[in-house]
Amino acid sequence: MSIQVRTMADMMASGESPDILFWVGCAGSFDDRAKKITKALVKILNHCKVNFAVLGTEESCTGDPAKRAGNEFTFQMQALMNIEVLNGYEVKKIVTACPHCFNTLKNEYPGLGGTYEVIHHTQLLQDLINTGKLALADNGTFKGKKITFHDPCYLGRANDVYEAPRVLIEKLDAALVEMKRCKTNGLCCGAGGAQMFKEAEKGNKEINIERTEDALETSANIIATGCPFCNTMMTDGIKHFEKEEDVKVMDIAELIANAADL
Amino acid sequence: MHQLIFSVLTLVSFGFFAFNLRKIAQNIHMGLPLDRADRKADRWRTMLLVALGQKKMFTRPIPALLHLSLYAAFVITQIELVEILVDGISGSHRFFQDSLGGFYTFMISFIEILSVLAFIGTIAFLARRNMLKLPRLSMNELVGWPTLDANLILVFELILLSFIFTMNGADEVLRQQVNQTNGFAISSWFGPLLFGGITDTHTLHVLEQLGWWGHILMVYTFMNYLPYSKHLHIFMAFPNTFYSKLDPKGQFTNMQSVTNEVKLMLDPNADPYASPTADAVPSRFGAKDVTDLTWKNLMDAYSCTECGRCTSACPANSTGKLLSPRKIMMDTRDRMVELGDYKRKNGADTDDGKSLLGNYITEEELWACTSCNACVQECPVNIDPLAIIMDLRRFLVMEESKVPTELTGMLTNIENNGAPWQFAATDRLNWANED
Ligand code: SF4
Ligand code: SF4
Repeated sequence: MSIQVRTMADMMASGESPDILFWVGCAGSFDDRAKKITKALVKILNHCKVNFAVLGTEESCTGDPAKRAGNEFTFQMQALMNIEVLNGYEVKKIVTACPHCFNTLKNEYPGLGGTYEVIHHTQLLQDLINTGKLALADNGTFKGKKITFHDPCYLGRANDVYEAPRVLIEKLDAALVEMKRCKTNGLCCGAGGAQMFKEAEKGNKEINIERTEDALETSANIIATGCPFCNTMMTDGIKHFEKEEDVKVMDIAELIANAADL
Repeated sequence: MHQLIFSVLTLVSFGFFAFNLRKIAQNIHMGLPLDRADRKADRWRTMLLVALGQKKMFTRPIPALLHLSLYAAFVITQIELVEILVDGISGSHRFFQDSLGGFYTFMISFIEILSVLAFIGTIAFLARRNMLKLPRLSMNELVGWPTLDANLILVFELILLSFIFTMNGADEVLRQQVNQTNGFAISSWFGPLLFGGITDTHTLHVLEQLGWWGHILMVYTFMNYLPYSKHLHIFMAFPNTFYSKLDPKGQFTNMQSVTNEVKLMLDPNADPYASPTADAVPSRFGAKDVTDLTWKNLMDAYSCTECGRCTSACPANSTGKLLSPRKIMMDTRDRMVELGDYKRKNGADTDDGKSLLGNYITEEELWACTSCNACVQECPVNIDPLAIIMDLRRFLVMEESKVPTELTGMLTNIENNGAPWQFAATDRLNWANED
């Protein structure tokens, strides 16, 4: 089943312009698990009649993993090319479901000539609910469930966004349980700084295992997060402990889409 | 005679201290320029909250309170130092006591109470460091001098406080012998308890003098020990928090030198000299040695108190990887001091052939970092170890092409098809039509 989504080029051709650009990101476009998050978010946006568009094939990696891997050349090549596209479409506002894209677009593009209002999807969802555009159905999906939130480093510490995802979880008919290390003290999932794309250095444990232990300690039924990479790392951690049956790893967008019967 | 000895001692102490401060300033100036003169109001606020108010210490309340008692005693006691200087040079005894009256009694009482708290705090810190064996205070990088340094300063503190009570206690007993009292909060009863049995006025005078001289000698020792010690943080915390990074923690610097080259690559018609910063192209991309870091990175290194809060929060370190952000800071400082001394001896343009990367920090440490910012978040004096790690990585990658193999693949993919994985750019929207 295909999902309705328009591209910038498409809109431009028909003389329209969207209110907001949805920056899908590489994981959201190509990773099978993350694609589900992308679709959940698009369903919500469509349901709320948000006037949005994606870049589609004109989107390219923000350059975040290259920059964190120390290759500033590749990063800036990507950044300058993306900025040319974004400025060409006169983009003003961007939403993304990836904290790495979020951080790079919001903080590192302005210095290279690309200044936009950039928000994380949890902030947009919070706004949609607050303004009454999105109502959660009373469908009991999460009744009696315990949900813990894993703070993505690039959303939390890097950009001080701690509240939006928690406010959203509290809107569900579920209990938010915090891990012992949360918010500013949250432990990394192990994927940042380009670690996602390489083997970990020699050590006595994988970081995602350590973090999954934190999550399991809360005896939560759902580990919620807001980053496709954290999602992969935590999912792997849950598999390691053979807890796939008991504990699900889900993005906030998926939780909200479920709760809104979408 | 006393006055002469005192004056010479004071001059020598301050002179040597100034000499060492100059070295520190010179070493920091080996770093590259960086503009941190903006947003003054935010800077003052950060300094007041983080350095003076010790805001970040209070995430761990018990050590924070113990630390605060030491710190408050240290700061307030400096007021008494003014009197010691006046007494020492002029030969007077408690110069301000008569003119200030009740306020004087209050001030000294306040100092005495803080000193008792500091004494308790110091003993607690010594016990914690040497008996409790907290992991963050007993790691490899602290073996040897760092541990001795930490203990020495605590012992100095104990000796200093003992001298204060010897001085005030003996003075009190002398007063009571002529039916008077200083009326200070602690020494008015603690003095008689300690020295009440001594009736010989001369002995008491000697004790009082011993306390007075001991006190000032310890202060001068302490002062001149600081530049060699992690305890320099008591001064450095102030400028270091003032010049904190105020941007979001996730925001890394965009290298201007790279922008110039990339613009040229993307637009062959661009004028290479058009950019105002084109003449500021650095000798290399990224950092190999301390001279490639900014002055703020180097100031960070001087401000580090080796508390290890960064390392205990570091996900790489807690899963057994070689990386320790504290070690990154200690290495940076050690290397800076080494290179600074070398340059002062052999000339500013000379180089000893060693470098921070290689001789101190290894590639394995650098590649373990997830750039999670936990170390930056934790540091009580706003040190940024991650900035140094990233600059060293940049050198490895851009100058030496030393990239872990899997990352080479990722980088090639981004360059060829605009994603870290091997997917065609034309397939980017396929998700919309898949189930
Ligand atoms: S940013 Fe790097 S060094 Fe700092 S805590 Fe995270 S992994 Fe450790
Ligand atoms: S960098 Fe900061 S947190 Fe780490 S040891 Fe030094 S002072 Fe402590």
